[in-house]
Amino acid sequence: MKKGKVILKSDRFVLTIERLCHQLIEEYDDFSNACIIGIQMGGVLMANRIHQRLQEIVGKTKIDYGKLDITFYRDDFRTRTKPLKANSNEIEFLIEDKDVILVDDVLYTGRSVQAAMTALQHYGRPKSVRLMAMVDRRFNRHLPIQCNYTGIRVDALDEAYVKVAWAETEGKDVVWIIEEKKD
Amino acid sequence: MGATQLSTKHLLGIKYITKEDIQLIFETADNFKEVINRPIKKVPSLRDVTIANLFFENSTRTRISFELAEKRLSADVVNFSASSSSVKKGETLLDTVNNILSMKVDMVVMRHPAPGAPSFLAQHIDANIINAGDGTHEHPTQALLDAFSMREQLGDLEGKRIAIFGDILHSRVALSNIFCLKKLGAEVMVCGPPTLIPKHIGELGVEVSYNVKEALKWCDVANVLRIQLERQDIKYIPSIREYTQYFGINKALLDSLNKKIIIMHPGPINRGVELSSDVADSEHSIILQQVENGVAVRMAILFLLADKR
Repeated sequence: MKKGKVILKSDRFVLTIERLCHQLIEEYDDFSNACIIGIQMGGVLMANRIHQRLQEIVGKTKIDYGKLDITFYRDDFRTRTKPLKANSNEIEFLIEDKDVILVDDVLYTGRSVQAAMTALQHYGRPKSVRLMAMVDRRFNRHLPIQCNYTGIRVDALDEAYVKVAWAETEGKDVVWIIEEKKD
Repeated sequence: MGATQLSTKHLLGIKYITKEDIQLIFETADNFKEVINRPIKKVPSLRDVTIANLFFENSTRTRISFELAEKRLSADVVNFSASSSSVKKGETLLDTVNNILSMKVDMVVMRHPAPGAPSFLAQHIDANIINAGDGTHEHPTQALLDAFSMREQLGDLEGKRIAIFGDILHSRVALSNIFCLKKLGAEVMVCGPPTLIPKHIGELGVEVSYNVKEALKWCDVANVLRIQLERQDIKYIPSIREYTQYFGINKALLDSLNKKIIIMHPGPINRGVELSSDVADSEHSIILQQVENGVAVRMAILFLLADKR
């Protein structure tokens, strides 16, 4: 990894997840009409963590949780240099009239979120959609999309690359900023 | 993690693609199968892609299946059939296709009675070409959907036994199936009257049987092909009745085996000839699942090739 700098350490990382969970509880109470949808792949790692922790706090009531793949909805298909490979969709419930909490790891240009909102429509008409992201790169947006629940805000140049590492996949919870893009 | 893109720009035949390609197509088709079982069956992936379906030979299933796959990927589709076109006025294949391509078409799905026609096009034009059947040569999408359906029933096909019954000599489905199944590590047997089995087919690494009961005993899956009456320029079999007597598969025959067997057929079925109705509609048969999977597999192929220019 080139010139990486840690911007969120493990102990703070856990605190941030904890805070985001409590923000959700404040808003959605017992989650009887809400559901969590993680965007494949990075968003799912975050959504897994949020869902697991929320379930511990809320207890008995089961919180609906789904995984959404946006590969077929991307607007850069056939124009990007790297090929796309699809992941699975796992949404076992209807989102009709539900409050959807969309979870992604990094909110950057906003294009993934736009694709996710198009994809979501195919599972019903949600009552509302809110967005949660671990990292909000707020000065790099291409579309008018904002984050409702944010882990940390990062003001970085377009050339920089922000990476969220998860204990489940990389052994350590940490957010990196890398000066040059990896590809 | 396996391959993320195909090794080829065209799908001309299974012979020209790799095992990794086949697996990538299957993994992508799994995702599309979920898409086509949703209330809203459409995704916007190919919204800026135009596809021409060129059918120089009759087809119902393949043509509808391709068209549905294209529309569910949001592609723009133009259809063409030889019977109502300038081909009748003597235009060459290359001229016909070049004229269509100058109207900015990105992909071509073609069925043609001449073996090798899609390969010929691929050498001369720029669009992605998908072979939807070329004479008695190959029918790659059918083989892929057959193998995909078998994989759904049996899991990994490595070491599984698949027997192909019927008119092997004239069948492009048989040839593509053999290439595909061998690449996936399955054991393959062909079974039919000696006149309808090519002489040196053993060189493809398949076993040959002339006895239906023996072959059924041996296999996990029976892929039954149609007797192609339209391709019989000389008499290969004395009569349809005699063929049914010796090579037809019926309920009594299956019951006598006392084992679970999967019956497949690429369609159209000659009911009462190669398959009796009580077998075609029995719990052994996955014929309609094959048709459903056909759309998902074709969506996967179109999606993956569109990303490959």
